[in-house]
Amino acid sequence: MSSEKNVSYNKLSRNIALTIIAVSLAPLILVGGLIFDQFRSIYHEKVYAHLAELVDKHKHEIDTFLKEKLSEIQYLNKVFTYDQLSDPVFIEKTLKGLRQQYGRIFVDLGVIDENGKQVAYAGPLDLLGADYSQAEWYTESRDKTTYISDVFMGLRRSPHFIITINNMEKTPWTLRASIDFLAFSSIVENIRIGETGRAYILNQDGVYQTTPLNNHTISLDPAKSSIVPAAVRGVTIREGLDENDETYITVSSPMKNGEWTLVYQQHYADAFSAMTRSESVTLLIFLLGGCAIVATAILISRKLVIRLQSMDVESELMSKQIVETGKLAAIGELAAGIAHEINNPVAIMIEEAGWVSDLLDDEKGQITAAPEIDRALRQVRTQGQRCKDITHKLLSFARQSDSRVTEISLPSLIEEVVDISMQQAKYAKVDFSLNFDPNLPKITASTTELQQVLLNLVNNSIQAMEPVGGVLSIICTTSHGSALILVEDTGPGIPAANLNRIFDPFFTTKPVGKGSGLGLSICFGIIHQMGGEIEVESTVGKGTRFTLRFPLPHPMNQEPSKEKLHD
Amino acid sequence: MTDATVLIVDDEVGFVDAVAKRLGKRNMTVFKAFNGDEAMTQLTKNPNIQVVILDMKMPIKDGLTVLQEIKDAYPLVEVIMLTGHATVPTAIEGIQHGAYDYLMKPCDFGELNAKILEAVALKQDHEAEAVDARVSDIAHRMA
Repeated sequence: MSSEKNVSYNKLSRNIALTIIAVSLAPLILVGGLIFDQFRSIYHEKVYAHLAELVDKHKHEIDTFLKEKLSEIQYLNKVFTYDQLSDPVFIEKTLKGLRQQYGRIFVDLGVIDENGKQVAYAGPLDLLGADYSQAEWYTESRDKTTYISDVFMGLRRSPHFIITINNMEKTPWTLRASIDFLAFSSIVENIRIGETGRAYILNQDGVYQTTPLNNHTISLDPAKSSIVPAAVRGVTIREGLDENDETYITVSSPMKNGEWTLVYQQHYADAFSAMTRSESVTLLIFLLGGCAIVATAILISRKLVIRLQSMDVESELMSKQIVETGKLAAIGELAAGIAHEINNPVAIMIEEAGWVSDLLDDEKGQITAAPEIDRALRQVRTQGQRCKDITHKLLSFARQSDSRVTEISLPSLIEEVVDISMQQAKYAKVDFSLNFDPNLPKITASTTELQQVLLNLVNNSIQAMEPVGGVLSIICTTSHGSALILVEDTGPGIPAANLNRIFDPFFTTKPVGKGSGLGLSICFGIIHQMGGEIEVESTVGKGTRFTLRFPLPHPMNQEPSKEKLHD
Repeated sequence: MTDATVLIVDDEVGFVDAVAKRLGKRNMTVFKAFNGDEAMTQLTKNPNIQVVILDMKMPIKDGLTVLQEIKDAYPLVEVIMLTGHATVPTAIEGIQHGAYDYLMKPCDFGELNAKILEAVALKQDHEAEAVDARVSDIAHRMA
């Protein structure tokens, strides 16, 4: 039964905890999730917009750079004639002037005749007379006025690209300038964000035009990845997986009239690191908060159920006590009825015996057995008297079998209890030692209940000492404004392990069927109801002492009642 | 002249008989009644009854009612209440209504004897007082 109850208590505790957790976590999760989602999408948009703007800006920058270089060479073409430029001294001077004006961006300068032969050259290499008629860039540029080539190795075996301007005169000729690849490449490579953000340029065939990602030497092989941009105009943003299965973002924008594509790549985690950080902080707070809520819910429900449990036990005990009190009252009434009915026959017996002895007094001389008859009559009278005592005790015990509070003189109450227990004590070889403070004021309490408590304590002590016997001393005194009753025995004592359980309901060391284990718990209840206290001290082998402490009425109300009733 | 004239009122016939016999043997005139009405009849018939021993618990009329009737009709007659333990509060009420004393059943015969004699003495005092009062009253009126 108790395990069944425990199960139901546990269930209740669990339900309370679950309800609290659900009610407090559900809105948290919903609101948190919503905000999280919103934050995520907004942040996404922001990052994408930022990247798109960045790439767009750099595209324009690079486009502008290329256009500038082109127009600078175009200027040369416009200003100087073929004859001027094919003069080696003049072209050398021109390159020097260019370098002074625009820095070391221009590596060399050359003039090519209609057959693709370089007729004039200024620069660090010895390329005068080089034949470009078969070079890809040359054939490619033949039909265009201006041309900017892709990056290639060329005759000098190092990556560079060339700006060419064709003059469509009667004898066509071409002005060409090489651009320093490193200087150009650094413009692109300087576009760096975070740890993994890199930019590079691809041509239409997917060949790197600048140093690619994580690689410091350019190889002019087509890029292996599928990053060949599809869009022709504007900025495209895509997400994909690289060989390490990491998500990265690719932002691409066509430039140089769609011939080249500026590609910017950054690992997803890197681009969104700020968001990830704030997300993980939020998640941590959420987790900690959740744990706190769960812990609190469990704690509160436990406490609540424990409280409930103790209240249940209390009320159970209370109802048991009520049943017990009711039983006691019924027995008391019965005893009173019987005692009263017995009184009459006993009274008649005593009177008849008295009458016989009266008659005997007159005839004493004539009857030889007179002394024996006299003795027998005396015996009848004595035993009648005993009957009377017994019925009177019964009556006084049963009298007022309710919890009405009256003024009680403790010594006389204790004496009554001792009288009732006298017979039992005699069988158990227990002697009483009573010691009452003569100045003890009366206390206000219920006679019946107090009798019950004392009877319980006295009976327990007598039973404890039963086979061997001993001394049961009851001391009644006052201390610190309260009345004290000490019930002390010389019995075997209570082991320490049991000592703090003896007031528990149903705790008993008596064999099954002998004790209900309710006696002391009822005592405890009664005493506490009176506003008193009950304590126990015990030493195994020495004995046990119960201390009852009752509050005394306020001295102002303490009128010593003079009228004493006959009893 | 007997020591006392007593009326015992109790529904227990055996008790009344035994006590009556014993009191009679001690030089008292004893009348018996087994309920309240009989008690009143006896009192009317025998105006010299000095003390009534009255049981508290009787069928029909209880002791307290009978006591009040006696005190109304014969204020100078002393009443000793006879009570079982449970009716002690009633007996005390009886004393407040003018009973002389109460005894608990089963009572000690010696005690009963003594109480009767005390009651008789008290009654005689009261009667003497009453006579004195009447004499002085008459004397006063004659003066």
